[in-house]
Order: sequence, then C-alpha cells, then structure tokens
Amino acid sequence: MSDIQLENVEKSFGATQVIKGINLSIEAGEFVVLVGPSGCGKSTLLNLIAGLETITDGDVFIGGKRVNDTPPRDRDIAMVFQSYALYPTKTVRNNITFGMVARNIPKADQDAAVQEISTLLQIERLLSRKPGQLSGGQRQRVAMGRALVRKPDVFLFDEPLSNLDAKLRIEMRTEIKKLHQRLGKTIVYVTHDQIEAMTLASRIAVMDNGHIRQFADPATIYEDPVDLFVAGFMGSPPMNMLPGKIRAHGDQYFVATGQADDEPLDFPLPPSLSKRVTAMDGRDVIMGLRPEAIFAAGTELPGAHRFVFERSVSVVEPTGPDTMILFHHVGLDVVARVRPEDAQPEGTLFQFETDMEKAKLFDAKTTLRI
Amino acid sequence: MVTRTQKPVPFSQKFESWLPRIVVSPLFALSLFFVYGFIGWTLYISFTKSGVMPNYTFEGLSQYERLWATPRWYVALGNMFVFSGLFIVISLTIGIFLAILLDQRVRIEGVIRTIYLYPMALSFIVTGTVWKWILNPGLGIQNFVRKAGFEDFSFDWLVNSDYAIYTVVIAAVWQSSGYAMALFLAGLRSVDDEILKAAAIDGASAFRTYFSVVLPIMRPVFLSTVIILAHLAIKSFDLVIALTGGGPGYATDMPATFMYAFAFQRSELGVAAASAVMMLTTVIAIVVPYLYSELRGKKR
Amino acid sequence: MNRRNLGGIVQQKGARHLAMRALLFLTLGVFCLYYLAPLIVMVATSLKSLEEIRTGSLISLPQDVTFDAWSKAWSSACVGVRCDGLKPFFWNSVAMVVPAVAISTILGALNGYALTKWQFRGANVIFALILFGAFIPFQVILLPMARTLGVLGLAGTIPGLVFVHIIYGLAFTTLFFRNFFIGVSDGIIQAAQVDGAGFFGIFFRIVLPMSLPAIVVTVIWQFTQIWNDFLFGIAFTVGDSNPVTVALNNVVNTSTGVKEYNVDMAAAIIAALPTLAVYVIAGAYFVRGLSAGAVKG
Repeated sequence: MSDIQLENVEKSFGATQVIKGINLSIEAGEFVVLVGPSGCGKSTLLNLIAGLETITDGDVFIGGKRVNDTPPRDRDIAMVFQSYALYPTKTVRNNITFGMVARNIPKADQDAAVQEISTLLQIERLLSRKPGQLSGGQRQRVAMGRALVRKPDVFLFDEPLSNLDAKLRIEMRTEIKKLHQRLGKTIVYVTHDQIEAMTLASRIAVMDNGHIRQFADPATIYEDPVDLFVAGFMGSPPMNMLPGKIRAHGDQYFVATGQADDEPLDFPLPPSLSKRVTAMDGRDVIMGLRPEAIFAAGTELPGAHRFVFERSVSVVEPTGPDTMILFHHVGLDVVARVRPEDAQPEGTLFQFETDMEKAKLFDAKTTLRI
Repeated sequence: MVTRTQKPVPFSQKFESWLPRIVVSPLFALSLFFVYGFIGWTLYISFTKSGVMPNYTFEGLSQYERLWATPRWYVALGNMFVFSGLFIVISLTIGIFLAILLDQRVRIEGVIRTIYLYPMALSFIVTGTVWKWILNPGLGIQNFVRKAGFEDFSFDWLVNSDYAIYTVVIAAVWQSSGYAMALFLAGLRSVDDEILKAAAIDGASAFRTYFSVVLPIMRPVFLSTVIILAHLAIKSFDLVIALTGGGPGYATDMPATFMYAFAFQRSELGVAAASAVMMLTTVIAIVVPYLYSELRGKKR
Repeated sequence: MNRRNLGGIVQQKGARHLAMRALLFLTLGVFCLYYLAPLIVMVATSLKSLEEIRTGSLISLPQDVTFDAWSKAWSSACVGVRCDGLKPFFWNSVAMVVPAVAISTILGALNGYALTKWQFRGANVIFALILFGAFIPFQVILLPMARTLGVLGLAGTIPGLVFVHIIYGLAFTTLFFRNFFIGVSDGIIQAAQVDGAGFFGIFFRIVLPMSLPAIVVTVIWQFTQIWNDFLFGIAFTVGDSNPVTVALNNVVNTSTGVKEYNVDMAAAIIAALPTLAVYVIAGAYFVRGLSAGAVKG
C-alpha cells in the first residue's frame, strides 16, 4: 500500500481552471473521501491521481514516486467507476481477466485469481454472463472484482454507489468498508453524498470550486467545521444558519438575532465562545445551530449553557425516529429536532431549548469560523 | 347519494380523436397507391406481353425467360455483385480506418471531417463527370504519369471492357467512404468514456482497446452501414450513366441502367418490368430481415 | 457529433509516441488530398483554355486563368439542340426544389407528429409501411409513374417532377420527424391538451416551433437529395423542363464536335454549387441528417 501526495496541483480544461492549487497528503492505508457539490472538481482530482487526465501544474506522488508522466496502467492503481464501465460484449470472467491478458499473465494464474475474487465477492454464478444480464448490484460487484484482481496499491472509487437504489447503497457501503478493513489498502473515494463520506472515511476532504476547504476526520469536520460552507454541506438536515450581531452586556456576550423583526432573540454565548468574541462587539456574524442542538424544552438532561425560547410551530415533519419541527425566525425556516412524542401540531406555541455549547459562530463577511 | 349521469361524448372530441387518422390517411393512401400500388402494377406488367405499350393480358413468366436469356442481363447482374462487393468492403475499410484515426483527439477534426464528407453533397452526375475526366486515358491520370516519365504506364480502365467496372468502384468509393466514416465516428463516440478509461487502467494498448473492446461494441453500426451501402450500390444509376454511360458497349451495365434502357430506349416494357422486379427482390432480401430484426429488438 | 474534451489520458511521452502522432497526421493529410484532388482538378480545368488542357497535364495549375469556360457553360453550351447553357436548367432545378422541399417537409412533420404523439391503432404498422417505401429501388415505380403523369397531364413538366419528389420524399421526411418527435416528451403535448388545445393547435403553436433542429436537418437533406437527383429527372422530364443534373449529363455526353473539357468541368461546378454551398454553411446539420437516415425503427 502506498501514500499519495498532491503538491500544488492545478488542472485547466482550455480556459477553465477546474482545480486551483490543491495540496493533499494521504497516508498509506487511509480511506479518504473527496466530497463536495457537483462541479467542485472531486472527480477531476480523482482522475488526476489515476492518470486519466493530464496535470496542468503541480506534482502527484504515489508511493514516493512522481507519477505526473506515468500512464494509468503503470501507477499500480485500480478504479471503480460510477457506471461500472464493464466491457459490454465480454462475459464477466473476461471482464475480470482482460487486464491480466493485457499484461500477459499466465492462464493458470488468471484462473486462480478469478476463482479467488469471485468467491470473495460471491459472483461465481455470474462468470459466464454478460453485463447486460446483470442487476445493478451485481454489476457493481463485478466492477469491484475487476479492480481487486489487479492487486493494486491504491483503490480509487468514483461515486460507485450513485446508480444504486437506497437499500442496496447502504448494503454496498458496508461491504466496501469491510473490504477496506480486510485489505488495508489506500482508498480514495469520491461522492456527493455526505452520509457516505461520514460513514466510510478515515478522513474527509470537503471540496468546493476547485479548492479543498477542510481535510480532517469525520468528527472534526462535523463538530469543528472551518467555515460556513463545510458546516452547511455536512449534516442532514443541514445546519441552521442564523444571521445576527455580537452584543456585549458587561461580561456576557449575546448573539442578537432578528432585531428588525417583531420577535428578536438574543442567544447568550457560553464562556467557550465568549472568549473568542471579546473584541467583536457589533460584528455581523452567522450563528450555526444543528437541528439536534435545538430540542423541546426540558426533554434532555439538564446542562450548563442552555437557552429557552418560545416560537409557534410552522411545519411538522415526522421522519420515524425523530420529528423535525420548523419555525420562523429572521425570515428563515429553522429546523429543530424533537422526539416524536414531544411534537406539537402546527400553529401551537412551542418551547424550544438550545444547547449553546454546540453553537458555532462564523464571521458574516469572511464566512470563516470564529 | 350522488348518482352519476353518463354524458354523451361530444362530437368535437370524437372528431379530435379521429384527426390523427384523418391527417395521416391521405398521406398513407398516397403511399399505398404510389408505392405499393405501383409495385403491384410493375409486377403485373412483368407477367404480360407488354412491348412498346402495356398489354394487360397475363402471360406468365415469358418476360422473365427473355430476361434471363439476355446476355446483357448477366453482365449487369455480375457487375452489380462485383461492384457492390468491392464498393462495400473498400468503403467500410476506409471508413473504419479514418474514423479510428479521427477519434485520436485531433484538434482540427471538424475541418478534416468536412473535407472527408463533402463528396456526399455532390450529385452522382457531378462525381461521374469529374472522375470521367480524371480517368480519361488521353488527358487524365494516364497522360499525367506518362508525362512524368513513365512512358509505359497505362491506365485506360475507363475504356477497357474488362476493367471499366472498377472505375465505377473507384468513383463510388471516393463519394461514399466519407459517409461510412461519419457513421462509424458517431458510433465510436457513443462508446462510454468510462469504458475506455477502464481499459487504460487495465493496461490495454490502443490497438487492443480498439480491437477487443470498441469494435465489438460497434457491431450494430457495422450492420447498418453495410445495409446502407448495399442499398446505395443496388440503386446506382446516376454514377454509371455519367461515368461510362454503361459502356464501353454494355460492359458497365447495371440492373438499374439495364432497366432504364429497356424501358425508355428499347421500349420493351415487359422485360424492363421484370428487371425492376428482380431489383426489388434483391433489396427486399437484404433489407427486410434487417429491418425486422431491428424493430423486433426495439420492441423487446 | 460530440467531441471528447481534449484533456486526455496520460500517455508515455517519447520518440515513439511522437512518431505515431506524426504518422497519424500524415495519413490524415494524404486522405485530405485524396478527397480534395478531384475538386481541385475540376476547378483548375475549368479555368484553363482548351489549348492548355492539351499541352498541360491533369494537375497543372492554369497558366492563363480564363473564365471563358464558365460563361460558356452558363449561357451558351449546347444541351441537346438548345444552346443556352445551363442557365435555364439551373432555374428549372430551383423551381422544382423549392416547392418539393417545402411541401415534403411540412407533410413529413405533420405525419411524424400524428404517428408518434397521438396513439391510434396501426400507427406502427403504417409507419413500417411508409418506411419501407424509402428503401425501394425506384425502378419499380418508374413505368407506372410515367403513365400516371401522362394521365394527369403532368408528363414532362416541372410540376410533375415536383409531385414525384414530394411523394417519394415523404418516406424520409416522415422518418426524420418521427424519430425526432419520439424524443420529445409526451408531457408537453398532454399539458397542452389539458390547456384545451387541439390536434392542429398543438402542432402549429407548440410542436412546430420546437422542432427547428429537425426542420433544418430535413430541409437540408431533402434539398440535397432532390437537387442532386437524376433518375426522376431523366425519366419524367423532357427537353426544356430538364433539371440541371440532366442538363449537365447532356452537356458532357454530347458526342458532336470537339470535347470541351473545361466547359464540362465548369458545368459540373455550376450544378454542384448549391448543394456544396449548403454543405459548407450548414455542414453540421447535414451530418446529423446522414446519421438520422441511418437510424432505423
């Protein structure tokens, strides 16, 4: 298994610059997920690592070797594509052995490899079928088999689960994670689904518009987002972003929201946050509160820095294990997560409680975390 | 209790539902008459004793017997097979070859494609006229090469009974190979990019990728291109008239020119009709199985 | 035709790669010459005098460029017994092409629309029958059509030729439009129906405006086919009503007097110019038409 280093990597297609100077250091054996909205460049970055696109500027190192000019076949990688990219006119067996044939590996070794892989992925029955006769999940497995049989140092996945239905996706997700635990190889995985990112990754790289915004383990990304974009991208339902101003009353700091409306709310800041905003009286900020940080008053164990307020229920969205209650504030629909038994119908006045320890503050102008 | 009353379907709605049928039917009827009706007429005439004028008395297969007793018909038939075979194979080969070349990420592909394809925009008469000039023994290629020093060079195929048919092949290939290329290029482009990427990672050379992965996917394109070229070949009339006039003598005669000669010049309507029916049979034998398999495939 | 983005898979650089690349361009270039040569020869010959043709060689460029052959081809060459050049026949072709293309296109659109957007029994059968009509060798209809035109009083006239081209062009135009409309979502039609529009209303106000690409492809294809046609022209018109392709053949194949090759070439260019011009200007649509013609079912 190999590490991957990207230094000042840039990629342009004609006049459009898609990757704008990326530095990334992936350790051997890591499971790194590149996540971001459509068009952020994550697939392009993956293709650069694979050698399926030429690099415009910068360097890519795999296992310590500079591979900018090395064709994909010599980079010791394997890739699973979003549409599986199986050779449609070949049988499953020939799909798997195609690479080995191209490398002149003896027939006996080919057969042994096919045997091993098909047993592992449970596709023995499918070996003489063609891709057109397989279901989506089966095709996925064959695609993985083709990749595994190369025994590469690095595995690359380009949104492999996007074409599967929800249930199958969750199954395959677990399979991939188990595969990583078993093989221990370096994996770079691209997805637009942040839940996949959270569940699979050892580290997540959140990308936007050709840049990496933050590269850290899932817990840090979730609890300690570096800016508004990362905070808003990860987490479902997304974090509530409330615009407001820092107000100081003596030693106590508040985030004053909705001053121009009928019902302003001043959220008191706990000491951990207060100490960050000491010189910022009057600053415009965005306060981020995840839905799970807003709940029905009194339904959680008591804590130190809570804030209770009242709002009327706007929309009720039961999701099964939780119920989301939306209320209006500062012109937004704010989402709170309550237990189903605490939910109240639309129109009723509801007591909300927030855990201010979990609030995040972002500078309104720079969008960076304060 | 609410009872539902049955409203009669308003006339306007009934009329509307019939409109599509009304619109299509005159055109369909025209098609029925002018295509199938006419085919029927020609078919019938081929079984009569028609000479200068149509004669509607049924006469059985006598016209066909006369047809198959005419040496010229055998020449025409033979020419058609020779010409079609060579034309299809050579156009296909050139077409695939050029398509693969153009698929190699060439920046000026658009310009080159335009150049390769423009002959299709020309009338076969124009093509025939130009190539007649180029292949002219006295003033064309033969003359040019001789003047360049090769005194013994001879390229008089155009006026040579044994070789004239090959000049038709040359001109037809020049005109239509670009078309074959265009069809193949479109087919190549329809291959999913990701499959090519997978092949690159698998370590296949360009050669292996094309032969082992891409061309097998191209089988349907092969088939439809062959059908189209075959169809063009069977109908070749304009080109022969312009290039050789069917000559020298009738050495480059084709069923199409044969039919025209017997219908409009020798006033033998019965034989002409019989030859036309033979042409139709050939086309049916090739096109119908193909269309049937295509349409059936889509329905599945 | 879509173009792959020009980024590209990383390839082994080096002498071998460059050599292959050079070979690629060389081969492409040779074929460019192959396709262009006849055109160049045609133009060059048309600009030479007969003297130069005799003394020069096939590909020598004209020493004294002269347009005599052109003016002769246009206005004084002999087509059969008439020596007015190609001009009258050129205009014959124009008079024939315009109505034939316009009418066959509109009818094809209407046909394709009715066949695909309005379910009625037998729509597919009807389509199959019309489609087959596009494949027949026209030899089988020459004789009966000649008689029918005679009966209709249209024998040997341009309107007669227009009529023939419309009838037999319908198969192609219907095919194009049917294939195009199949790709148009039914939802649009249904929404219009909910809004109260009828068969023709939907056709003229919604479907036709959105079928511009198909219309352009069809018009270009039809124009090229009909202008370049020879078989119908020679079978159904006589003398003065000949289209330009027939006239060209007559000019080239007259066996009286000295063969004026430069005039022949100029005449060929004149006959070829309209379709060539359309091709150069609207080539992309032409290509789309060729590919659509290959799509079956």
